[in-house]
Amino acid sequence: MDRLFELGSEFWVAAYETLYMVALTLLIGGAIGLLLGVVLYSTRPGSLLPNRAVFNVLNVVINFFRPIPFIIFLAAVQPFARYVIGVGIGNDALVFSLSIAASFAISRIVEQNLITVSPGAIEAARAMGAGPVRILRTVVIPEALGPLILGYTFIVVAIVDMTAMAGFIGGGGLGNFALVYGYRQFEPAITWAALLLIVIFVQALQFFGNWLARKVLRR
Amino acid sequence: MALVALKNVTKTYPAPEKGGREVVAVDDVTLDIEPGDVYGIIGYSGAGKSTLVRLVNALEPASSGSIEFDGRELTGLPERELRKVRLGIGMIFQQFNLFTSKTVQGNIAYPLKVAGWSKAEIAPRVAELLEFVGLSDKAKSYPEQLSGGQKQRVGIARALATSPRLLLADEATSALDPETTQEVLELLKRVNREFGVTIVVITHEMDVIQSIATKVAVMDGGRVIENGDVFEVFSAPQNTSSQRFVSTVVKGVPSPAELAVLRERHEGRIVTISFRDGDASQAQVFLELARAGLDFELVYGGINDIQGRAFGHLTLAIRGEDAATDAALASIAARVEVTEAA
Ligand SMILES: Nc1ncnc2c1ncn2[C@@H]1O[C@H](COP(=O)(O)OP(=O)(O)OP(=O)(O)O)[C@@H](O)[C@H]1O
Ligand SMILES: [Mg+2]
Repeated sequence: MDRLFELGSEFWVAAYETLYMVALTLLIGGAIGLLLGVVLYSTRPGSLLPNRAVFNVLNVVINFFRPIPFIIFLAAVQPFARYVIGVGIGNDALVFSLSIAASFAISRIVEQNLITVSPGAIEAARAMGAGPVRILRTVVIPEALGPLILGYTFIVVAIVDMTAMAGFIGGGGLGNFALVYGYRQFEPAITWAALLLIVIFVQALQFFGNWLARKVLRR
Repeated sequence: MALVALKNVTKTYPAPEKGGREVVAVDDVTLDIEPGDVYGIIGYSGAGKSTLVRLVNALEPASSGSIEFDGRELTGLPERELRKVRLGIGMIFQQFNLFTSKTVQGNIAYPLKVAGWSKAEIAPRVAELLEFVGLSDKAKSYPEQLSGGQKQRVGIARALATSPRLLLADEATSALDPETTQEVLELLKRVNREFGVTIVVITHEMDVIQSIATKVAVMDGGRVIENGDVFEVFSAPQNTSSQRFVSTVVKGVPSPAELAVLRERHEGRIVTISFRDGDASQAQVFLELARAGLDFELVYGGINDIQGRAFGHLTLAIRGEDAATDAALASIAARVEVTEAA
């Protein structure tokens, strides 16, 4: 316990780093994932903008990358990170890799939720003279908003999970903190402190996501 | 000039499985819909009714033939142009197809936004439409808070928002109970009468046709097998499939099974007399039978009112001398249609 008070400021820095990585990944990966998901949904045969080539390529790419364990993906993408954002180690490099991995996962979640939108609502919008892009923006996404929020809540919890691996490429965050100061120094209290804070994070996120979805669904 | 003119329109879908035969959903249909018509399209499930109306607002492209709306050929028009055409054609649906994420007023405003109206123009128009369908107090409700009838009224308001000349109703009352169905049909009648909107009503229920249509087309296997004035088709259906539909609302000549029951209960010769508006009146016919000294009773049938014109089939059990009966029937048959059960 005493050790935890000694490390107090480092603990809060680690907490901040986790928040930073999660927020940035959610922002970047969330946006790219949304875009990819919408493209997947709308280029599928029989959908609003059917395009077999785009759909097939995207489908294969996502299926290829999605099952790769993140720790391996992290290592594999590292040189690429250095090339694109200038650094291959640290929190930003993790955000880079995690955003890519998350956007693939999110794209599937988005696609699956958009598919549930009633074809009737889309048909009605078409019958009113709306074009495909307008329908995506003003009908498909709003109609799926509730489940989309739940999907994002689900994924953000997974993102919190994966930020714990930042330590492997020289990053920080609560995962690294627990590993370096708790596990390696035989201080279970430290590990447990990090664990508790992460649980609180996740619970808060989950609660917020559920609340938002309920508000949108009004049910 | 017809508002909608279909000429030899065919729509085929690719075979559902490899090597199978393609599906001919609409087969060589030629049909004119005049301005002001309430045109009913009736047929069994899979007859091609929905496909036919979806060709009219070009939600599906025709495989061949010509489709004119308001004098303009639709086949071959680019999608961008078709969207403009669709702004002038309203559509309502069996499952209402409202946007669940939007309020009632949001739903009604949607087509106006698509049409590029400004906020300032949209608000009064939405209020006016809500007033028309009697839902002014529901403006801020969400569709899930409405009953089926209310949802369909929102659907109608939404479809009418851009003042289309044509309204397509695909099984618009099939999900509603009989009373609500009548309410919605009354509303559609008002739409037709007050705004002069031409309406195409798809249904598999003959009483829907009976209560609002002025013309009717009977579809079977993708083809229009009979069409014309509702009165004509109801009072003298030419086709067995049409006859079957008509028999769901009109008691015509009794079927063999019904005849057997009638014979069991009534003595004498069973004769069906078919009246049509303009033929000899019932009074004349009954007078004739009475004068011949025949004893008769009404055992089956009824009189129907279609668009203010009456027709019907009355089946009588007639008792009396054969010769007198024959003479009387012959004299009646000169003026109305007489069918004697064998
Ligand atoms: N998108 C499609 N792809 C393939 N076949 C289709 C498609 N739409 C309709 N069909 C087929 O075309 C035929 C006519 O269908 P349609 O929906 O027009 O019938 P309907 O008269 O409206 O029937 P219902 O009363 O059940 O609504 C059916 O055999 C149907 O299976
Ligand atoms: Mg149908």
